[in-house]
Amino acid sequence: MKSSAIAVSGLRKAYGDNVVLDGIDFEVPTGSVFSLLGPNGAGKTTTVHVLTTLMRADAGAVRVAGHDVLTGIKEVRAVIGVTGQFAAVDDLLSGRENLRLMADLKRVRSGGQVVARLLERFDLTESADRMAATYSGGMRRKLDLAMTLVGNPRIIFLDEPTTGLDPRSRRAMWGIVRELVADGTTIFLTTQYLDEADQLADRIAVLDRGRLVAQGTPDELKRQVPGTHVRLRFAGLRELDAAAGALPGSTRDDQELTLRVPSNGDSTSLRALLDKLDQQAITAQEFSVHTPDLDDVFFALTGHATHPTQAATQDSRAARATTEAIAE
Amino acid sequence: MSTMSTLSTSFGDAAIMLRRNVKHTVRNPVTVFQAVLFPVVMMLMFVYVFGGAFKVTGAYVDYAVPGLTVMAITYGLGPTAAAVKGDMAKGINNRFKAMDVSHGAVLAGYVVSTTVRSLIADAVIVGVGFAIGFRPHASFVQWLAVIGLMLLLAFATSWLTVALGLAAKTVESAGMATVPLIMLPFLSSAFVPADTMGTGVRQFAEYQPFTPIIETLRGLLSGGRPSTGDAFAAVGWSVGFALVGYVWAVATFRRRA
Repeated sequence: MKSSAIAVSGLRKAYGDNVVLDGIDFEVPTGSVFSLLGPNGAGKTTTVHVLTTLMRADAGAVRVAGHDVLTGIKEVRAVIGVTGQFAAVDDLLSGRENLRLMADLKRVRSGGQVVARLLERFDLTESADRMAATYSGGMRRKLDLAMTLVGNPRIIFLDEPTTGLDPRSRRAMWGIVRELVADGTTIFLTTQYLDEADQLADRIAVLDRGRLVAQGTPDELKRQVPGTHVRLRFAGLRELDAAAGALPGSTRDDQELTLRVPSNGDSTSLRALLDKLDQQAITAQEFSVHTPDLDDVFFALTGHATHPTQAATQDSRAARATTEAIAE
Repeated sequence: MSTMSTLSTSFGDAAIMLRRNVKHTVRNPVTVFQAVLFPVVMMLMFVYVFGGAFKVTGAYVDYAVPGLTVMAITYGLGPTAAAVKGDMAKGINNRFKAMDVSHGAVLAGYVVSTTVRSLIADAVIVGVGFAIGFRPHASFVQWLAVIGLMLLLAFATSWLTVALGLAAKTVESAGMATVPLIMLPFLSSAFVPADTMGTGVRQFAEYQPFTPIIETLRGLLSGGRPSTGDAFAAVGWSVGFALVGYVWAVATFRRRA
């Protein structure tokens, strides 16, 4: 099927004078993963609320599974599953009872079996009969997503599903998302983690202050920024000066004491670069090869600061998680 | 979908929500304490500690039980308001909304569970009352009227409480929003006759909603005829609370959830 699972055009929403969504357009093909990427306050949750019939837009057309979200509310609600930004689990019910509540409300046949299978799939069987209040953050998130999956919704909305999770739980969540896609489910995912969008999404839209500043596949977005480069860090300005003189075409950052040298990253060109430094007897304190990742894309597109907080994961690709302190 | 099947879906949803809210009550010791045990403690305090100093006609326990049943209803409202706000804050109500569970079913779940809890609290008050010397003279029909008025008041204040919870900014302020309802019985004829109070307080006590409700219950339980004016005022106030609470709750839920 070639039809769009989600089609959005000219979407606008303002709270008084505060414009949250300033005319955004995108389409999500059926069976794909679409990621809306942006810092806190960019308008991600508002977008999810409009797409899931929880909020009316001021202007624009939104179709989900072919139904208009204003005139076809029931039809839309029948095919979607929504996992909000905070784990919406009932603390005073056990994991099993939470799932059973969903199964009952959706009038799922043989609910007990459906619940048991979900508990098993999400590795919650052992704690199934404990109250959700005693669950860890990662378990709550898993239960939250499992609750969304009751009744097999065809289109699933995940609003920052891994915010606040430890790296292991994040990876587990990514694995679950990949399984869902393999089953043909369409996934709309918001995230402020660039590596998450890169890992999971077929298409990414970058949202900044209510506007989409870029859209495309992860590779298309990466092509929009300068290519592979070598980054060198020096002990002082004297070495930086000398290296900048020896390596024409490089760009320097005096504050960071770093030099950025364009390079295709293969062993021959790297050896040539190191030889040049050797000839001038210049020692670099740090040497790293960068292929452009979505961090670079984000900085290049939005032109304003985000605050990287942790250089994460064993990946040599310098996958980085960013948290964002732009005031809402 | 036909209207009939929509209606039966809503009733089914309401029953599911009610089951959830009943589990909440039973599993939250704070709710059980505040709604059921605390009014009993207050009853023992009033009857055995303060009551001897108050001048009323007849046994003090006979005078105090009607007011205590009203207080038992209002004391249980705080946990409901907090629970309503908690569901909103955690996005649980958004989850129900996106699943197309009707507003009515979610709200009815809160209201019915709170009403049932209030009636249980009243049954406990009356039961413990009997144990410590409460001797009503109501006929069978009068008892039915007493239960009917308790049910109406519990239902009405539940709607008002759900609205207060929905409108609150935080879980803590939601619990606090019911404090006026808890305080009103103290400023009524619940524990001492209004004509023994100072002028300002007495006027307030005579015209506030809980006094006619308590006087009507007291009249019925004593086996006499409550004044027609009080009875009309009691039903009028209760229906008014229910309507205001209902309209406010539905409007707020639609806007906020």
